[in-house]
Amino acid sequence: MTSLFEEISDPTPDDVPVNRVAITVNGQKRTADVEPRLLLAHFLRQGLKLTGTHTGCDTTNCGACTVLMDGKPVKSCTVLAVQAEGREVVTVEGMASGSELDSVQEGFKDEHALQCGFCTPGMMLAARALLNENPDPTEDEVRFALSGNLCRCTGYQNIVKAVLWAAAKDRGEDPTQAVEKYTAKQKGANQ
Amino acid sequence: MTQTADPRAGAPAPVDEIKIGGLGASRRRVEDNRFLRGKGNYFDDIVLPGMLHMEILRSPMAHARIKSIDASRAWAIPGVRLILTGEALATRNLGWMPTLSYDTQAVLATDKVRFQGQEVAAVIADDPYIAKDAVTAIQVEYEPLPPIVNPEQAVAPGAPIIRDDKLGQTDNVVFDWEVGDQAGTEAAFATADVVSRLQLHYPRSHPCPLEACGAIADYDRATGKLTAYLTSQAPHIVRAAVALIAELPEHQIRIISPDLGGGFGNKVPIYPGYVVAILASILTERPVKWVEDRTGNLISTGFGRDVYLDGQVAMRKDGKILAVKMNTLSDHGAFFADAQPSKFKIGLMHSAFASYDIPYAHMASRGVYTTKAPGGVAYRCSFRVTEAMFFQERMVQAAADDAGIDQAEFRRINFVKDDDFPHRTPYGFLTDSGQYNKCLELALKEIDYEGFLKEQAEARKQGRLLGIGISTMTEPLGAGNSREYDILGIKMFDSAELRVHMTGKAMLRTGAKTQGQGHETTWAQIVAHELGLPAEDIVVEEGDTDTAPFGMGTYASRSTPVAGAAIAMAARKVKAKARKIAAHLLEVSEEDVEWELGRFYVRSQPARGVSIQETALAAYSNMPDGLEPGLEAVSYYDPPNLTWPFAAYVCTVEIDPETGVWDVLRFVAVDDCGVRINPLIVEGQIQGGLTEAYAMASMQFITFDADGNCIGSNFMDYLLPTAWETPGWELHEVVTPSPHHPIGAKGVGECATVGGPAAFVNAVVNALSHLGVRNIDMPMLPDRVYEALTKRTDVSGAPPVKTD
Repeated sequence: MTSLFEEISDPTPDDVPVNRVAITVNGQKRTADVEPRLLLAHFLRQGLKLTGTHTGCDTTNCGACTVLMDGKPVKSCTVLAVQAEGREVVTVEGMASGSELDSVQEGFKDEHALQCGFCTPGMMLAARALLNENPDPTEDEVRFALSGNLCRCTGYQNIVKAVLWAAAKDRGEDPTQAVEKYTAKQKGANQ
Repeated sequence: MTQTADPRAGAPAPVDEIKIGGLGASRRRVEDNRFLRGKGNYFDDIVLPGMLHMEILRSPMAHARIKSIDASRAWAIPGVRLILTGEALATRNLGWMPTLSYDTQAVLATDKVRFQGQEVAAVIADDPYIAKDAVTAIQVEYEPLPPIVNPEQAVAPGAPIIRDDKLGQTDNVVFDWEVGDQAGTEAAFATADVVSRLQLHYPRSHPCPLEACGAIADYDRATGKLTAYLTSQAPHIVRAAVALIAELPEHQIRIISPDLGGGFGNKVPIYPGYVVAILASILTERPVKWVEDRTGNLISTGFGRDVYLDGQVAMRKDGKILAVKMNTLSDHGAFFADAQPSKFKIGLMHSAFASYDIPYAHMASRGVYTTKAPGGVAYRCSFRVTEAMFFQERMVQAAADDAGIDQAEFRRINFVKDDDFPHRTPYGFLTDSGQYNKCLELALKEIDYEGFLKEQAEARKQGRLLGIGISTMTEPLGAGNSREYDILGIKMFDSAELRVHMTGKAMLRTGAKTQGQGHETTWAQIVAHELGLPAEDIVVEEGDTDTAPFGMGTYASRSTPVAGAAIAMAARKVKAKARKIAAHLLEVSEEDVEWELGRFYVRSQPARGVSIQETALAAYSNMPDGLEPGLEAVSYYDPPNLTWPFAAYVCTVEIDPETGVWDVLRFVAVDDCGVRINPLIVEGQIQGGLTEAYAMASMQFITFDADGNCIGSNFMDYLLPTAWETPGWELHEVVTPSPHHPIGAKGVGECATVGGPAAFVNAVVNALSHLGVRNIDMPMLPDRVYEALTKRTDVSGAPPVKTD
């Protein structure tokens, strides 16, 4: 029985194995005794109350649970908490510093890249990982980098714009102009 | 030369409506502030003290008699608190519950299972892992019965009766329903020069919001109050239904629909999981949380479509449509659980052909039971309008081809003309306004229609397959009015309550429920438009039945047409009271008080005025004698008619003849949804809608094999387009205000999903038309397209799925 739900449970039977893990989450070292089968997503959500990490499927397809582990995007619904032992994890709650939003968050707001908001945390972290590797991605590179994250509301077009917005801002360019350039190119050019 | 004194001298500069976030402002969304920080409040984020966790055991078989259920091994697992089966529910008269379409649905199966994935038992335990362990430890013995996966099997002689629980049900027919003028239609067909016929299947699809369904039920024995956090697009309907099903008094039921991770119609019905969670909380006296997993969502909850069409169009040689016949055969699964107005058995299917001026039409619709999940929800459409417009636009393209007339010209010939509104459609609706030809011409110009036809002809010479598809749809959005529209007898109006506080800040509550549409942003804009209060001074709250006025919720693109209208009307009531206060403050009679945005002034002296904020302050601190204090109003809005947005979608594609893979070259969308409250949000809705249309046209569907197994119950099988596949969208607008909506707005959330699919299919079929191909059922998977182009044949996608 996982200690995350211990509040009301009977004592954990002796035959349930428990491991102690230490994971750095958003810069803070957190330790807990967990069952080996506990998913990282549940560790974050139930254990640390970081509910910005969502789970939308059980098959690693939707990407709503995407977090960064040692800087790489991973789907936390198919990472066990014990696999994150000793790693650095960043969730959506760790993107902004104080009142200052990450440029990806700003871009998502400015370009209306979210509607219901459920895919947004995972989508933004996947985008952040891309921009950390590639500060000046093309539209195709953005679309490919986000192809592990499903969105049912937006149709992705504004998400692409938001990421290009953030990339331009990170590079010190005018983000609005970058988006306008993309929009102009978009016309008549799917292929 | 005398100089006229400026009558406004001394008056403050007029309020800039766009600056205060009023009508037409592309205001950035307020809800984003929490979503971007991971601080949304979805139901699964809510943790209550002492909360237990529920998991559901589902049937592995499509059709089987339950011989026994043995839960003893599950009870032995430490941490298991309660196990519920159909038998346990039946003793509390909860084995079955009413559906939204006057049928019944099993909560937990008692006698038989009737579809794969049906709810059989539930375990309530200390944590979700234990609940899942325990569910797998329950042993159920089934006696298999023959599955039925399509209507043909359902009505075949000797077919097993699926609903043997229903007294007097001797076959698998749910309903037979018809509408239109049969005699007139037959007479018109007799005089026709050309009759075009098309048969096809609109496959079963699932709305599949990224957040699945779920509930937290919290029954407090001490107060007798049930609080339930539910993923519901219509919390007030749930409250009414729970009062009826669970026999709890309505004032002791509080339904809270927190942030929803999408809905698209999936979260309108009441699901067995909600009912079981509520009962479990009553029995355990602890909060009980049920989180549906993705498979549970796809395999058991409200699907859309699954309708077969046999359609005919009668025409004159010159392309004028004389009459239309439609026979529809719909597959409702094991329970008739369509979420739709009760008067219309096949939803608003008869909104078909509303875009065209056609004198006669007749529709005969039959619905059948099969051993598939129940549903028939309005998946991003106004009750079967997606099917209606898909059938319309597919039939129109086939008719144009059969008449030998260009598909754009064929539409021009038959469109309802701009000066012909309100227009009575052949099936009896009254459309409100539109400029259909203007929309089409704009779309054709943007895509360079003539140029593309030349390019297509050239390409064909080189063996390349290019196609162009058009879809020109209108749809009825915003149910009511209450004369025609009700769900379970509850009339389809909606509501708004506006409270203006003394400092001029305001709180707005409505009976709608946002699930990504951005109500918190746009509703404030309507108030800003009516009262001149800055939108940022208005907080919007929805989804809590203890605080929100009674409303029918958000689906069928009804929020702006109905709740949006109620907001405008509530604001106007507030303004009427504020005017009395203004007269008092200005010491003039009310008749002498004029209004400009945000300000009352004396007619003869524009400089003498009071702001709306000053009247708000006076409403609590300096009211005139005889006037009630306070500044608030409630409005219940019963719309006089539906709103009818229009769209012209034009798509060009290229098919790879070697593989059958088709790519979208361009997609031009011209939407006329009347006055746009927030253009940024409207465009977002259209882009999202087009993407769901693309999904259905290209990959997204649920099918069944001959054994009744659901193919499409997880994201490995149920394919949703990613950023990589999804084409870019080119959006344009035309504005024809709704004549009966207070601010001229029409619904828009679903237009693109409704009208979009036909544009893709028409384009692919157009690319193959020279090979004699008339239809490929959606989704147009590469193997289907390849079969069509190599065998020069139509391709059906009806279940059971083909196996090699």
